[in-house]
Amino acid sequence: MDLIRMKDVNKRYKNGVAAIYDLNLKIEKGDFVFIIGSTGCGKSTLIKMLYREEKPTSGKIIVGGIDVAKLRSRKVYKLRRKLGVVFQDFKLLNRSTVYENVAFALEIFGAPKSEIHSKVKKVLELVGLKHKAKNYPTELSGGEQQRVAIARAIVNGPKLLICDEPTGNLDENTSLEIMAVLEAINQMGTTIIMVTHDTDIVNRLKKRVILLDSGRIVKDYQKGTYNHESIKNFK
Amino acid sequence: MRALRILSRNIRDAFKNVFRNFSLSLASISCITITLIVVALAILLSENVNNFAKLVEKDVTIVVFLNREVTEEQIDDIHDNIEVLENVESITFQDKMSISKDMMESSEVFKNILGNYDRTENPIQDTFLVKVKEIEKIRKTADQIKEMEHVNIVKYGEGMVEQLVSMFNVVKKISIFMVLALIVVTAFLISNTIKITIFSRKREIEIMRLVGASNLNIKIPFLFEGLFLGIFGSIIPILGTIYGYTALYNNFNGQLFSPFIQLLKPEPFIYIISAILLGIGILVGMFGSSRAVKKHLKI
Repeated sequence: MDLIRMKDVNKRYKNGVAAIYDLNLKIEKGDFVFIIGSTGCGKSTLIKMLYREEKPTSGKIIVGGIDVAKLRSRKVYKLRRKLGVVFQDFKLLNRSTVYENVAFALEIFGAPKSEIHSKVKKVLELVGLKHKAKNYPTELSGGEQQRVAIARAIVNGPKLLICDEPTGNLDENTSLEIMAVLEAINQMGTTIIMVTHDTDIVNRLKKRVILLDSGRIVKDYQKGTYNHESIKNFK
Repeated sequence: MRALRILSRNIRDAFKNVFRNFSLSLASISCITITLIVVALAILLSENVNNFAKLVEKDVTIVVFLNREVTEEQIDDIHDNIEVLENVESITFQDKMSISKDMMESSEVFKNILGNYDRTENPIQDTFLVKVKEIEKIRKTADQIKEMEHVNIVKYGEGMVEQLVSMFNVVKKISIFMVLALIVVTAFLISNTIKITIFSRKREIEIMRLVGASNLNIKIPFLFEGLFLGIFGSIIPILGTIYGYTALYNNFNGQLFSPFIQLLKPEPFIYIISAILLGIGILVGMFGSSRAVKKHLKI
């Protein structure tokens, strides 16, 4: 079953810059998808439309049964509760502890304390940060901070995890650690869409790879690599 | 249950945030404090002026002199006629013999002059002292009494009373305007201060939105934060009002400069003002917060 369906999607920013042209895309439940392409090719715009940070100018976007293009600003939270987002810059609350940062995503629904406690403990264990629950983000390494961000993104048990260059700020080994965490999450059934520049990671994982160029999908490979001949031609 | 949990979490977080962002909270709190002090002073001043005006108004009396040959029956008639007038608060009759007796007691000179007159010869006139409900309508009431039969002269300090009334009205209007203007200015000032505070927490709001907080979810903690800022900001003005005004009152024995200017008794006056200050503090704090956070809720 398709978790994401995009049909004839166009995006033109208010300043006239066009970012996405006639994009059609289907992503199935449980997929792990890399979105790659050079800077300014529309990768970020594409995933921003998935979590409704941007609205398409025309076309249809369905994410987990929600018509994102028609979703009103006031109702965006309904979509956000169904998915998790991870960024290059982690976006953690530096004045809150690791535990509080993760619990934050549950507290806004008014979950009972016991439920929050057990869920947070579980995800912190999953990302290997149980022992740092009481630390503040500034006391952690970049990789650890990203793992906190991942823990926060998945603590609600979302069907979809969107990652915008999650390893962009991290060194190679740390990046691999993060990828291991993401793969584990994927294996538990969460669909993952990841925007990246990291050739090494894409080549290692051999997942579905979508190449964007000037706002269009130019290649879509199952079990693709970054160094694929045809992808090279577009670089 | 769920709503209750969200509410208690919001209150807890709001309280925490006041202290976590202490320097900026302090800016908002001082802003509220300073303006509330000015508001308190304005209310204290205007209420005391109003009180003074009321006391003066209470003392204003229409004196009705009756014709010398008036009979007791006629006096009763006049009494009844005055009493039914709309604006009349109370009416007191002063018999001319008792007046002359009072006068004779007060001075030797009067005693010599008035001592030999009997009731029919007495040059003093029987009078009514009439107090009115609304001083603004005193002239009309005086005119109505003047029209009555057997009424000789009606006096109420014409001119002076009207001037006093219009002066008090102006003072009243100015003080109400000042308090209102101050409240509005405070609200916007605080709103801007909180806006700066919230601007520094744009990231926090962004993250809240990201993890699926609805607009209300985001707004409520900030509203409570505004409420706390309002409460903290009104502490000093309230203490200042309670202790400062009581001290002032005791120091001057309840009178300012002369017994003519009576100060309002501190109780319950200071508690009413404290409640007003707290109310204004909370309202402007919450209004400021909600205005400031609104900007960040749009996508």
